[in-house]
Amino acid sequence: MTSDIGVAATVSDTTRKTAPLTPARVALVGNPNSGKTALFNALTGSRQKVANYAGVTVERKEGVLTAPSGRQMRVLDLPGTYSLRARSPDEAVTRDAVLGKLAGEAAPEALICVADATNLRLVLRLVLELKQVGRPFVLALNMFDIAQRQGLRIDLERLSKELSAPIVTTVATRKRGLPELLEQVEGLVAAQKPEAESVWREPTAAEIRAAHAEAQRIFKACVKPPERPDTVTGKIDSVLLHPVAGLVILLTLLFVMFQAVFTWATPAMDGIDAGFAALVEFTNAHLPQGLLTSFIADGLIAGVGSVIVFLPQILILFFFILMLEDSGYMARAAFLMDRIMGGAGLHGRAFIPLLSSFACAIPGIMSTRVIDNREDRLTTILVAPLMTCSARIPVYTLIIGAFIPQQTVAGFLSLQGLVMFGLYASGIVSALLVSFVIRRVFWRGAVEPFMMELPTYRWPEPRNVAMNLWTRARIFMARAGRIILPLMVLVWVLSTFPYPPEGATGPAIDYSIAGRLGQFLAPLMAPIGFNWQMTVALIPGMAAREVAVAVLGTVYAVGGEDGETGALSTLLKNQWSLASALSFLAWYVFAPQCLPTLGVVKRETNSWVWPTVMFVYMVSLAYLAAFVTYHVAVALGAG
Amino acid sequence: MSEAFVLSSEFEPPAADPAGVRPLAAAGPGDRGVIVKVTGVSGAEEAVAAEELERRLLEMGFVEGARIEVLHQGLFGRDPIAVRVDDTRVALRRREAGAVSVKFDGR
Repeated sequence: MTSDIGVAATVSDTTRKTAPLTPARVALVGNPNSGKTALFNALTGSRQKVANYAGVTVERKEGVLTAPSGRQMRVLDLPGTYSLRARSPDEAVTRDAVLGKLAGEAAPEALICVADATNLRLVLRLVLELKQVGRPFVLALNMFDIAQRQGLRIDLERLSKELSAPIVTTVATRKRGLPELLEQVEGLVAAQKPEAESVWREPTAAEIRAAHAEAQRIFKACVKPPERPDTVTGKIDSVLLHPVAGLVILLTLLFVMFQAVFTWATPAMDGIDAGFAALVEFTNAHLPQGLLTSFIADGLIAGVGSVIVFLPQILILFFFILMLEDSGYMARAAFLMDRIMGGAGLHGRAFIPLLSSFACAIPGIMSTRVIDNREDRLTTILVAPLMTCSARIPVYTLIIGAFIPQQTVAGFLSLQGLVMFGLYASGIVSALLVSFVIRRVFWRGAVEPFMMELPTYRWPEPRNVAMNLWTRARIFMARAGRIILPLMVLVWVLSTFPYPPEGATGPAIDYSIAGRLGQFLAPLMAPIGFNWQMTVALIPGMAAREVAVAVLGTVYAVGGEDGETGALSTLLKNQWSLASALSFLAWYVFAPQCLPTLGVVKRETNSWVWPTVMFVYMVSLAYLAAFVTYHVAVALGAG
Repeated sequence: MSEAFVLSSEFEPPAADPAGVRPLAAAGPGDRGVIVKVTGVSGAEEAVAAEELERRLLEMGFVEGARIEVLHQGLFGRDPIAVRVDDTRVALRRREAGAVSVKFDGR
């Protein structure tokens, strides 16, 4: 089996020169679902760097590798595409990188075009486009083991001649064919043929047809249809895409996923919480009391802790998302959800970002990059924070625990659980309503076409999933850390200065800028039933929603640093009316109590307009919802 | 496998044809046939220009002469649909499927 994996043909048998010192620049291009990222992972291992391309929010993944000859190479993993005719920012990067026109990037010396060997028809057209560009490339026929298992016969020599490019067969997940691939790439780089003039331009419809005809001719000449075609995908689809059963399975899957995100993550999160609390305590105990200690303990350590505490949930969520993506199910989920989301004016692809937003809106907003159309993408970004993120849970748990009696309704449903469910549901429903309003009132006009390949089902490769998970975690930590940490420091400054006067009786925060601001804003919040302590808690709560719990502990002077919720909830029960508590919950469903999210929106949209729009609409909704909730509750006698 | 490649670039709205040619938008699961015409005109209001829609359809493999089979449809409004175009499975909405005319040859 291994013997026929290898080099099929070489066009330019290498005129190898002495190994140059500068690393060769290589870029990977290919259709989505061709195993391009798996090949990238197999080639570069852990030597990867993820950043953004200059000026655009498209992820730039580069890895370094050493070819068998000792030659260093820098490999760029370009976003997957069906055509160089770009439709999304991601695809524009691929086009510009291939053409060597990407600002701040040196043109690649050679391209590796990655193709799914079992699905060559569409990629051949892309290959024909690459040929027009004139940059040397090698075609990697990936997943060749599956092609062989299906009995697919590909005349590699003929195909190589037709495309005038070397072809290497690979199995990225088993690391097969990689030395041969690198040898070919090195050959292309070493040959340094005077670059052919690029004759590529955006093809017209007629030219795409002609290219299809040419691709079809090559396909028929070189590929014999498989003896044992894949029938598994069709069988699985007849269940998973069944109009009713498919939706039920999807909802069950989502349910299991949320259970996992919230239950599996709890021990790790508690551990991290306890660890950071201990660290804060240790710092306070062992460093001299003073400003610097307070800054290190309450500003820096608590700040870092508030980011890291979400890592377990985000890892579990991304684990599920990666499994669903790698297995090919994610496209099916988008198919099943398209109509439901489309009714609210959202694109089927908005499903993944909105799903991620249940853990945290930040990775959710970052993943809206999969949406091609700008207006579809902005709508998704604007509603993503309405999804109940995990930072709201501590707040919800505290208030529900304090005010909602522990009793069962209808025999088996817990009333507390029901309220929690209601809060989640109002988040989802309002997100759909808001996007509906945005698309009907502000951005009228037709929706972007929905067209998506449904890839063949495959078993996710554990190594590949692990590597992608690691990459995701690193991106989250780096980006969230860069935004959240300075904000935490800012909030610490606001809640620390100025100091309370000598002989002050109240908690220190009352005298700080945050405290004064809270008291100043209190009359504004009185109509929705908030007392000034609640209002004060909202200000540091802008750094991250769950911080409000700790601040409530501080202003009511209970529990100390980590705010014992047991004592706090008893206290709140005596201090707040039920109407105020419900109003506080309603506020938290909508309020943009999260500066990091607004920061990410600014980064992703490259403008202050959208964070401003988001802030204004969410505050208005929050105020309205809290107002209605408070007054209805008071009218019902809960005041 | 189909041999005929109709290389036409002029636009004509999809018309009802007596020889079993219907827009893909009107098809249901199990219907199969050969694509006879791809235009950018779906009959519905589109966010993209006709030329753009035509090119996107072509890039996903919706090209004259390709074999097509409707595999699945969604629950609400029987939308979107999943089709097999030659060897590729593609999901699309019925509105865009209106731009693809298919000569159906039975179930």
